Amino acid sequence: MKYIDEFRDGEVAKTLALKIAKLAQPGRNYSFMEFCGGHTHAISRYGLSDLLPSNVRMVHGPGCPVCVLPIGRIDMAIDLALKHNVIVCSYGDTLRVPASESLSLLKAKARGGDIRMVYSTLDALQIARDNPGREVVFFAIGFETTTPPTALAILQAAQENLSNFSVLCCHVLTPAAITQILESPEVRQWGTVPIDGFIGPAHVSTVIGSRPYEFFAEEYRKPVVIAGFEPLDVMQAILMLIAQVNDGRAEVENEFSRAVSRDGNRKAQDRVAEVFELRHEFEWRGLSVVPYSALKIREKYGTFDAERRFKMDYQSVPDNKACECGAILRGVKRPQDCKIFGTVCTPENPIGSCMVSSEGACAAYYSYGRYKDMAPPVSNSLVASRLTGAEGK
Amino acid sequence: MCLALPVKVIEVGCGPDGEHAMVDLGGVKKEISLALLDDVQVGDYVILHVGYALSKLDPEEAERTLALFSEMSEATEATL
Repeated sequence: MKYIDEFRDGEVAKTLALKIAKLAQPGRNYSFMEFCGGHTHAISRYGLSDLLPSNVRMVHGPGCPVCVLPIGRIDMAIDLALKHNVIVCSYGDTLRVPASESLSLLKAKARGGDIRMVYSTLDALQIARDNPGREVVFFAIGFETTTPPTALAILQAAQENLSNFSVLCCHVLTPAAITQILESPEVRQWGTVPIDGFIGPAHVSTVIGSRPYEFFAEEYRKPVVIAGFEPLDVMQAILMLIAQVNDGRAEVENEFSRAVSRDGNRKAQDRVAEVFELRHEFEWRGLSVVPYSALKIREKYGTFDAERRFKMDYQSVPDNKACECGAILRGVKRPQDCKIFGTVCTPENPIGSCMVSSEGACAAYYSYGRYKDMAPPVSNSLVASRLTGAEGK
Repeated sequence: MCLALPVKVIEVGCGPDGEHAMVDLGGVKKEISLALLDDVQVGDYVILHVGYALSKLDPEEAERTLALFSEMSEATEATL
């Protein structure tokens, strides 16, 4: 498909790998965090780490909405389905996330909860129209990419006076999470990891633009390169980050200029601002409680807020003790460092959230990398040729 | 979660409010919402996420990025 195939070309990947090898100075170590799960997935799926010199390391960040969603939030959705007899609609990613009492939304469905997977908020609205006698709640998760469609759904429900529709809002904000990583890198529980620069989000940035990252470059002196989710985009971004580090620059550069502008999508931003306001604080898995890092529904649209309608309070629930998701989400540990990785915790039976979504660091490593460290080393050209056989055409 | 795909717009002004478009997704046709994007024309490529077009793809910028990938510095060329 256009705008996909040409960004997966194996021959071009070889050129980029060569350029990276030339530019990376042997005497120093480079450690870059790809914030987004989309990039984590691309790095694992196309074996990009194998194309990098050994002194260039990619640290997986917390930009996977399913992974950072704390257990207590899933419990709220399950309660709505099982105790309030509500139809709970959600994107497929959330259904298998482990919750309290060995439940998940999928297991709650097996117990009789009316839980429906939707592709779009448009589908959730239709379910509400088709079931006027039932309460319908859309369990909304995601970063800035996914927030505008939720805002539109609430505006549409208000316009239609769709009084049986409401939203359990768990939308979170990218810049707040990056600030948290930069400001409190020494979280005692997990330790720290050095980061020389960030690969900035692709699709989040189509909405918020490149401007919000300028603060990180200026204030924290960390380079940021916004990149698309295709493998060549990621390779080019790594090259640009190495160049910035070598030159002692800390700037925001935009590799994904075919879709991202400095200002982003103003129309989408306006809709979000109309419906949502900042939450004082929100608990993230791996980052703990982060101030002003999430959105809640404004008073004006309060009747569409499931938390208000069903008088729900958030209860924090600790993760499974054996689970290392918290440290993995901060980049302090790698999936293979977790004792239950690939044995007790697998994509079929996830114990931690990082094993649920295909963008989660554990699921990505399980699917594409877990045999790599046992096998004899693969040559760079072999890895590059793998890129030409890319799926999804 | 932020999964989104570039799709080609083949018809605009669809749906009850005229805010929908028909897109071609590698041969599959699908109706999507244009409520978050202005000035979309037939033939444009847009980034599709959970049923909504989020941004337009700029063909010239895409060409520029592709050219950048293959661009060789003198130092690199010398080793080939």
